[in-house]
Amino acid sequence: MLHFIGFFLIVVSGTAGELCIGRAMKEVGEVHDFRPRALLRVAGRVMRIKWLWIGIFLMAIGFFALLGVLSVENVSFVAPVTALSYVVGGLGGTFFLGERLNRPRWAGILLVCLGVALVILGKH
Amino acid sequence: MEAHIREKQLRLKTRLMILIMVLAGPLGIALLAKGMKHIGPTSVTSLPDALHLLGQILGSPTIWLGIAGQLAFFVAYSLALSWADYSYVQPASSVAYVVVAILGIVMLHESVSPLRWLGIGVICLGVVVVGRTHPNTTGTP
Repeated sequence: MLHFIGFFLIVVSGTAGELCIGRAMKEVGEVHDFRPRALLRVAGRVMRIKWLWIGIFLMAIGFFALLGVLSVENVSFVAPVTALSYVVGGLGGTFFLGERLNRPRWAGILLVCLGVALVILGKH
Repeated sequence: MEAHIREKQLRLKTRLMILIMVLAGPLGIALLAKGMKHIGPTSVTSLPDALHLLGQILGSPTIWLGIAGQLAFFVAYSLALSWADYSYVQPASSVAYVVVAILGIVMLHESVSPLRWLGIGVICLGVVVVGRTHPNTTGTP
């Protein structure tokens, strides 16, 4: 049960956090200038966006859940299982960021899910 | 012609960020796993337990190195998200699962069953399918 809660937090909280950060970065816009001073200016701008902080908070929850699960499970098992976040990410990208998921991209995401299922089946 | 060059540049810089992600991310998570295995199974039933565990985590150099790897991943990821779709960047970065499995074997002496390798292979196939779609579907630059 604890493992289930751990994986749930990694996938749902972690992905929700990434989506919030994705939204913050979309508000900043495309980064063209990669010089350190320009990147610092981008960092300054993004730090004023609330979605960044909500995202960091949610990702922190996911991170500590990941540490907990990693203390008892193999990393080669934990990492692929967390790919379940592709489903959450695909839905979140559509509804939260307004991205359009075409058929090939959905097919790719479904293949990723199938791969995760095989990884789980291959545990024992 | 200009649109073609821009498309090429978009793909190039997206792939560069994904390369950083698939190297730094797996190394980071493998180091985190190594650090947490050293601490042992966690059992938190009270606040002092939680604080003790937090002290152990923050006092582990291996975990700090892992966090550095994850941070490098996070920076590359955030930059990529400023121009490419989340639903493109996230699946494309899943090549990292192969790297994680290899690092699990090399660094943590884990055994990976053939079925798990097959699963990882299918994940990568999904990545290829996703990678053939355009990185940006929202029309924003």
